[in-house]
Amino acid sequence: MPVAAVFLPLLGSIIAGFFGRFIGDRGSQLVTCFAMVASAILAVILFVDVALHGQSRVVDLFTWMDTGDLQVQWALRFDTLSAVMVCVVTIVSTMVHIYSVGYMSHDHSIPRFMSYLSIFTFFMLMLVTADNFVQMFFGWEGVGVASYLLIGFWFDRPTANAAAIKAFVVNRVGDFGFALGIFAVFYLFGSLQFDTVFGAAPEISKATLNFLGHDYPALTVTCLLLFVGAMGKSAQLGLHTWLPDAMEGPTPVSALIHAATMVTAGVFMLARLSPMFEYAPGALATVVVVGGTTAVFAGSVGMAQNDIKRVIAYSTCSQLGYMFFAAGVSAYSAAMFHLMTHAFFKALLFLCAGSVIHAMSGEQDMRKMGGIAHLVPATYILMWIGSLALVGIWPFAGYFSKDMILEAAYAANSGVGYYAYWLGIFTAFLTAFYSGRLIFMTFHGKPRASHEVMHHAHESPGVMLWPLVLLAIGAVCAGFLGFHYFVGDGREHFWHEAILVLPANDTIERAEELPFWVGKLPLAVGILGLGLSWVAYIWKPSLPVATAARFRTLYLFLLNKWYFDEIYDFLIVRPLFALGVGLWKKGDGALIDGLGPDGLAATTRRISVGASRLQTGYLYHYAFAMLIGVVVLVSWYLLFPIGG
Amino acid sequence: MQNWPLLTLVTFLPLVGVVAMLILRGATEDIARNARWIALWTSLVDLFIALAIWFLFDPTTADFQFVEQAAWLPQFNISYQMGIDGISLFFVVLSAFLTPICVVASWGSVKNRVREYMIAFLVLETLMIGMFCALDFVLFYMFFEGVLIPMFLIIGIWGGPRRVYAAFKFFLYTLLGSVLMLLAILAIYFQTGSTDMVEALNFDFPAHLQTWLWLAFFASFAVKVPMWPVHTWLPDAHVEAPTAGSVILAGVLLKMGGYGFLRFSLPMFPEASAMFTPLVYTLSIVAIIYTSLVALVQQDMKKLIAYSSVAHMGIVTLGVFTLTSEGIQGAMFQMLSHGVVSAALFLCVGVVYDRLHTREIARYGGLAQNMPKYAFVFMVFMLASVGLPGTAGFVGEFLTLMGAFQANTWVAFFASTGLILGAAYMLYLYRRVVFGVITRDDVRAMLDLNWREVVVFVPMLAVVMWMGIYPNTFLKPMQPTISNLIESVQSSRETGHALAGHFRDHRTVRSVAFDAAVSGRQP
Repeated sequence: MPVAAVFLPLLGSIIAGFFGRFIGDRGSQLVTCFAMVASAILAVILFVDVALHGQSRVVDLFTWMDTGDLQVQWALRFDTLSAVMVCVVTIVSTMVHIYSVGYMSHDHSIPRFMSYLSIFTFFMLMLVTADNFVQMFFGWEGVGVASYLLIGFWFDRPTANAAAIKAFVVNRVGDFGFALGIFAVFYLFGSLQFDTVFGAAPEISKATLNFLGHDYPALTVTCLLLFVGAMGKSAQLGLHTWLPDAMEGPTPVSALIHAATMVTAGVFMLARLSPMFEYAPGALATVVVVGGTTAVFAGSVGMAQNDIKRVIAYSTCSQLGYMFFAAGVSAYSAAMFHLMTHAFFKALLFLCAGSVIHAMSGEQDMRKMGGIAHLVPATYILMWIGSLALVGIWPFAGYFSKDMILEAAYAANSGVGYYAYWLGIFTAFLTAFYSGRLIFMTFHGKPRASHEVMHHAHESPGVMLWPLVLLAIGAVCAGFLGFHYFVGDGREHFWHEAILVLPANDTIERAEELPFWVGKLPLAVGILGLGLSWVAYIWKPSLPVATAARFRTLYLFLLNKWYFDEIYDFLIVRPLFALGVGLWKKGDGALIDGLGPDGLAATTRRISVGASRLQTGYLYHYAFAMLIGVVVLVSWYLLFPIGG
Repeated sequence: MQNWPLLTLVTFLPLVGVVAMLILRGATEDIARNARWIALWTSLVDLFIALAIWFLFDPTTADFQFVEQAAWLPQFNISYQMGIDGISLFFVVLSAFLTPICVVASWGSVKNRVREYMIAFLVLETLMIGMFCALDFVLFYMFFEGVLIPMFLIIGIWGGPRRVYAAFKFFLYTLLGSVLMLLAILAIYFQTGSTDMVEALNFDFPAHLQTWLWLAFFASFAVKVPMWPVHTWLPDAHVEAPTAGSVILAGVLLKMGGYGFLRFSLPMFPEASAMFTPLVYTLSIVAIIYTSLVALVQQDMKKLIAYSSVAHMGIVTLGVFTLTSEGIQGAMFQMLSHGVVSAALFLCVGVVYDRLHTREIARYGGLAQNMPKYAFVFMVFMLASVGLPGTAGFVGEFLTLMGAFQANTWVAFFASTGLILGAAYMLYLYRRVVFGVITRDDVRAMLDLNWREVVVFVPMLAVVMWMGIYPNTFLKPMQPTISNLIESVQSSRETGHALAGHFRDHRTVRSVAFDAAVSGRQP
């Protein structure tokens, strides 16, 4: 059963990909959707079995690599952590598959699209069920490729191609760290099997590792290297630049990959490796700082974006920041809880945005929308549900998970913890503001679209709406249903051994004894943010324009996303290309070839030309040369007589 | 069947095909057609024999197998001696695998002097396989040098516009290195009194001699690999060579260098190897970063892949000298996977070159629209070259870098940047060729893969996936040989001379750190 749950999407993908031409568009949609539905049902059964009944298991498939010292298996590990992820991935993926049937109905290459979606799901499942670092890396890179393919799905658009390459290469920067981390793990532990590594982590935590000429605490440097991988995949500050550009892909892709599943792989990694990170306090503190900073950075940029998908993309980036600093204060279960609720409401938001874009004939700029609430009422309501869940209004899902994270950060009672808490509160305000802004600009006010577009605006078909309704149910209920198990009293029974938290770091336990205001502040700033956005975009629409004009520098700074792309382009991309040209023309061309083969050949030719010039063919030249020779020889012997 | 002279058979069978082709008579057309079929069948039978050898190969021992010995020049103690171990086995299989692919790939694209072309490839096959099987220095040297001749002709006769320059550059570059190797072989002969390689492997060379011998061999192998800065012949040779020539060049000829390091440099001169390890590391890292950057800015498809080959072979030389089981197995695996993947990439270039007769990247674009099959095939090999887990490219790169990390974290750090740069130049190439919008009519008129091209690519795809998903098939048979190699090198370093062993130092540091931290646990 576990094997079927993981490999059914692969099967669907292969059938749709290779035989799409024979079974047609409808056939490949049916095959992939059925495979996904079956996989999701199996996943739920497994979840009940594994998480609620405590039947963790590892299914060994076959040996992957065996070099003598290093043994790596293909295996499927099902404990609570992976069961949760498998559930989230298969359910969201199923919804996205079904939604795509409607959304992509006008596209030319439907089988290819469905095949890509399914292969992505397969890689994601391999990632979360990995039993060792290498298989995790397999899934990790696999989802990267699937993401690359899907971002560049419309390969005739130059921007989509550029975004696809950027996504892959930036992720590779993260994977560079991840790979080094894996090497360090093998170096330290002599194994890449999770159980072996986790068992030995307390001992190894006392060792040091010489990395790049300095001795560091072994686990801290290892965890930091692994964390670089997590930063890449989860678009944390510095390696986040690919995520907004990834919105070039079709919207269902953004919902599945760049909101609900793949980008959360970094959070999953932290939770999975909690038995290592717990012994690396330095790494955990770094995670908190990076997470908190990302949250506020992305939230601030989200305020100024005009593309509806980019707003949600930055929102994703920002919410991932929450999950990271939750993991950083050892509240892994809170991070996973937020991951789960976020998967529902963010997939919902993206798919709603897709529905809006579908209705507006492909328009994504919010400045050209407005006043369509009555035209797409179902989408409008669903969008509100998603936004309220994101803002964290009771009783929607985000309220429970975001509160827990912020409380845990406060309860950490450390400098970085307070840093994360206050940035998190500020981000909660930003989140509420841009969520309100998005809804008010899109649905309210006067229509700013052309007459023709407004005329065509229509509600999406049922095949697109029903998945949204199901996700909306998740966005409403996942919070209060899951609270007890994920972070409430039932959490120890729920997680079993899947997550390790040292007693000294148990911030969730301590979060129960916090002052009243700590837990209620996020809700307050959320309501405040929504209110302010209402003031700015409904009550006094002139206010944002005036503010932007007043603080023009700040506005441009946010609009241009803190100028990250420009700086990277200037500091890294251009110099590398220039260096490449220099090495090619100057290094290979002038220096190596010039001094090496070509130079030698030229010298040889010059010498032989000189030598051949001596051979003039005139007798008197030769006679004269002989005469000189005789004179020299005779003088030599006269000056230095033999034996004398 | 162990007593059959299988190695002689697999080595010289292609020459039977050559003889058959030589006696062909008739119209040029008929000769060409018959020559193609003869070449195909000969190489297929040879592949079958190579697979049989693999099947019969005993993967549990490090000894030479299928050994054949016959007196050749007894007065000089030179004998005809063949045998393979876990290191050479797969190179034999690889050579036999790529030759029929070359024959099919050249089926329609080579039109003049078809018979001579096919003869060149079959002779080349004999020489390549013979080189990997030879256990006598003279025999080895003959094959090693002989390989140059058909390759020189293939580039010089069936190559592109600058073929003569490229052919001479290739020939002289490699010959210069080989001449030094010849001197080294003579020195070994005068030391050991025989040209038997097995004897030389067990011989304890004095330290000062090791240094010189190592350098002489290094000169030859470094050019073959090619290592930076003696790599500049490779882009020229590839650009001018016909597609199948590039396939063999990238697929097998580059591996002769790596094979040489494993067969000679490491086991025969362990102390010199330790001494020069930092040099090899440095050159390898420079190769990886330097050529990756150069590959990034290429405008010629073949040149780009040629430069990427240099970077990938940099990983190989790095892995060989880490002297860890992961590093060396990774290097071996990387050579095999590069042999298939880069060969396939050159074939991918060949496909579009046959249709449009240009290798300029900017002339293409948007091929995904009219050549979906091609786009898929190219995508898989591109990703394999990038080292995607699940494909052949990953296992070798991953194991090598893992070995490098154990030897030296700086080396692993810099070498791993190849992960990023490799992705950058390959994806950039793929984007410019396959993605985008078709702007030119001649590009729009290009047809997708024909059945012959599909026949060429399908086995290569299967092998690339197989190597990625179940690499143990390849790792297992080479393990005894490699662990034996590592043990013998380490023991001769420890018992041998007072040269400070690079590796030993490192290992001591590591174990001290461990003992301090982890009481009683054996890493």
